Amino acid sequence: MADTIDYILETDALVREFRGFVAVSSVSLRVRRGRIHALIGPNGAGKTTCFNLLTKFLEPTSGSIRFNGVDITDERPAEVARRGMVRSFQISSVFPHLTVLENVRVALQRSLGTSFHFWRSERSLRRLEPRALALLAEVGLEEFAGVVAVELSYGRKRALELATTLALDPQLLLLDEPTQGMGHEDVDRVMQLIRRIAADRSILMVEHNMAVVAGVCDTITVLARGSVLAEGSYAQVSRNAAVLEAYMGTAEGGLVGPGGRG
Amino acid sequence: MSQAVRIRAGYLLAVAALLLAPQFFYPVLVMKVLCFALFACAFNLLLGYAGLLSFGHAAFFGGAAYVAGYALKSWHVPALVGLLLGTLAAAALGWLFGRLAIRRQGIYFAMITLALAQMVYFICLQVPYTGGEDGLQGVPRGSLFGLVDLADDRNLYYVVAALCALGFWIIERAIHSPFGQVLKAIRENEPRAISLGYDVERYKLLAFVLSAALTGLAGATKTLVFSFASLTDAEWHTSGEVVLMTLVGGLGTVYGPAVGAGVIVTLQDQLADKVGSLVSVIMGCIFVLCVLAFRRGIVGELQALYRSATGNRY
Ligand SMILES: Nc1ncnc2c1ncn2[C@@H]1O[C@H](COP(=O)(O)OP(=O)(O)O)[C@@H](O)[C@H]1O
Ligand SMILES: [Mg+2]
Repeated sequence: MADTIDYILETDALVREFRGFVAVSSVSLRVRRGRIHALIGPNGAGKTTCFNLLTKFLEPTSGSIRFNGVDITDERPAEVARRGMVRSFQISSVFPHLTVLENVRVALQRSLGTSFHFWRSERSLRRLEPRALALLAEVGLEEFAGVVAVELSYGRKRALELATTLALDPQLLLLDEPTQGMGHEDVDRVMQLIRRIAADRSILMVEHNMAVVAGVCDTITVLARGSVLAEGSYAQVSRNAAVLEAYMGTAEGGLVGPGGRG
Repeated sequence: MSQAVRIRAGYLLAVAALLLAPQFFYPVLVMKVLCFALFACAFNLLLGYAGLLSFGHAAFFGGAAYVAGYALKSWHVPALVGLLLGTLAAAALGWLFGRLAIRRQGIYFAMITLALAQMVYFICLQVPYTGGEDGLQGVPRGSLFGLVDLADDRNLYYVVAALCALGFWIIERAIHSPFGQVLKAIRENEPRAISLGYDVERYKLLAFVLSAALTGLAGATKTLVFSFASLTDAEWHTSGEVVLMTLVGGLGTVYGPAVGAGVIVTLQDQLADKVGSLVSVIMGCIFVLCVLAFRRGIVGELQALYRSATGNRY
């Protein structure tokens, strides 16, 4: 099948140092198109730094990144986003004093091409609202459309962040611990949502909750101290001795990791 | 009353007040208030809505004042052309400042704008066209389309009022435009805005140029009102004063800075011949009081009062 050999994202020996400290060391990652790929590893392993490198929020010290076959190593973060690789943040990242609807609308708005039009009325954005409401419905937030985002509960902020990310219709979503700090029901809802949105896109996600990883991810890459320790399916990775020792050994029974930490 | 009706009523009141003001107050004072109100609102467009604290806005105010003054005095251009030239010059200067400063964050941004503004001040002091320490004196007010004599304070007043109203309208529109939405998003959460594909620097640059241009319109208009442009207009003092006006009136409220400008200009005008140089001390005290006790400024505090009284939170 063509899409099994088609990688949407490839990195080649990606390195990032912070004043001599190697946070990401020679990471070569390949994300298959249409799959859900997990990036796991103990705290401080370099997962968030990887995300920052991929989305160009940080410059790699060396190495290269290809998205859809195009070298994007030298592009600016906004350019990367416009190519269709959109990230979320580990700490929930909404526009706190915009309403829930406006949060999503601001993401939709770029497609209109009027974002520099300072002479045009805000009313011209109203036609985006049906689409924004549909996206909010998808994450179960439609009844909160008029609420100012800062007043949402933590779980709902994360859901809003997902809806905002989806508004860009990205080909590849990078989700940094999407279920972090969520209760059981929210986690289940987000899992279902991730499965649903993965139907026609690729996802790379950092996740601490092993139930989620086992439940939704096709491929898992384990990172420890900046390097790739193992890669494979959940069954393969969870039997890998090095992984058990470096990462999962901390959790009894090996497989259900902690719910996530900062 | 629905919000739309209240807003419309508010505008009607404001227009009526603008039209009637010269019946009750000295027109030149009202014009001065208007110029500084436009200045403060333009400054607030940048600080309140783009989150950028410029400490160099006097360069645009003073720069435009000199350009307009020179064009009016030496080239004898019509009044409106002089104002337009001043505005364009400020916009160009704003673009230059913006290009150099916008990549910097917070205090570094403020410092770079201050440094650039000091360079502009130095240029104003040194070049032969500006009259050095004396400034440009005796700038003719001219006429409007050769029909209305602007030497008459009343006539000039209505032109100035219309220009400032136009400036306020542009600011108001920019805040409530697709562009304004993106600006707010950037102010609220810059990394998130970037991750949505917005080149935040270009948005900030446009905000900076708009703010500089409208500040220029205010400065050029001020030259027309007083028939002179002086070094005071370009001094760092003026950059600080506009910060004060904005804070006193209410940072990030659309018209708060205009109220702040009204209060500060009127106070300075009233106190100047009574307390002399103590004015600076009084201004300093107002500043401290504002920062310590009335963070939201006059309009911001009133809005908060209104909200808590009506239980309406938004
Ligand atoms: N901006 C930075 N400056 C210095 N060190 C950093 C920076 N960002 C991350 N690090 C370090 O890099 C390592 C990896 O961090 P991170 O990518 O956040 O880990 P993870 O997301 O896997 O928990 C940590 O030791 C962290 O302290
Ligand atoms: Mg992390």
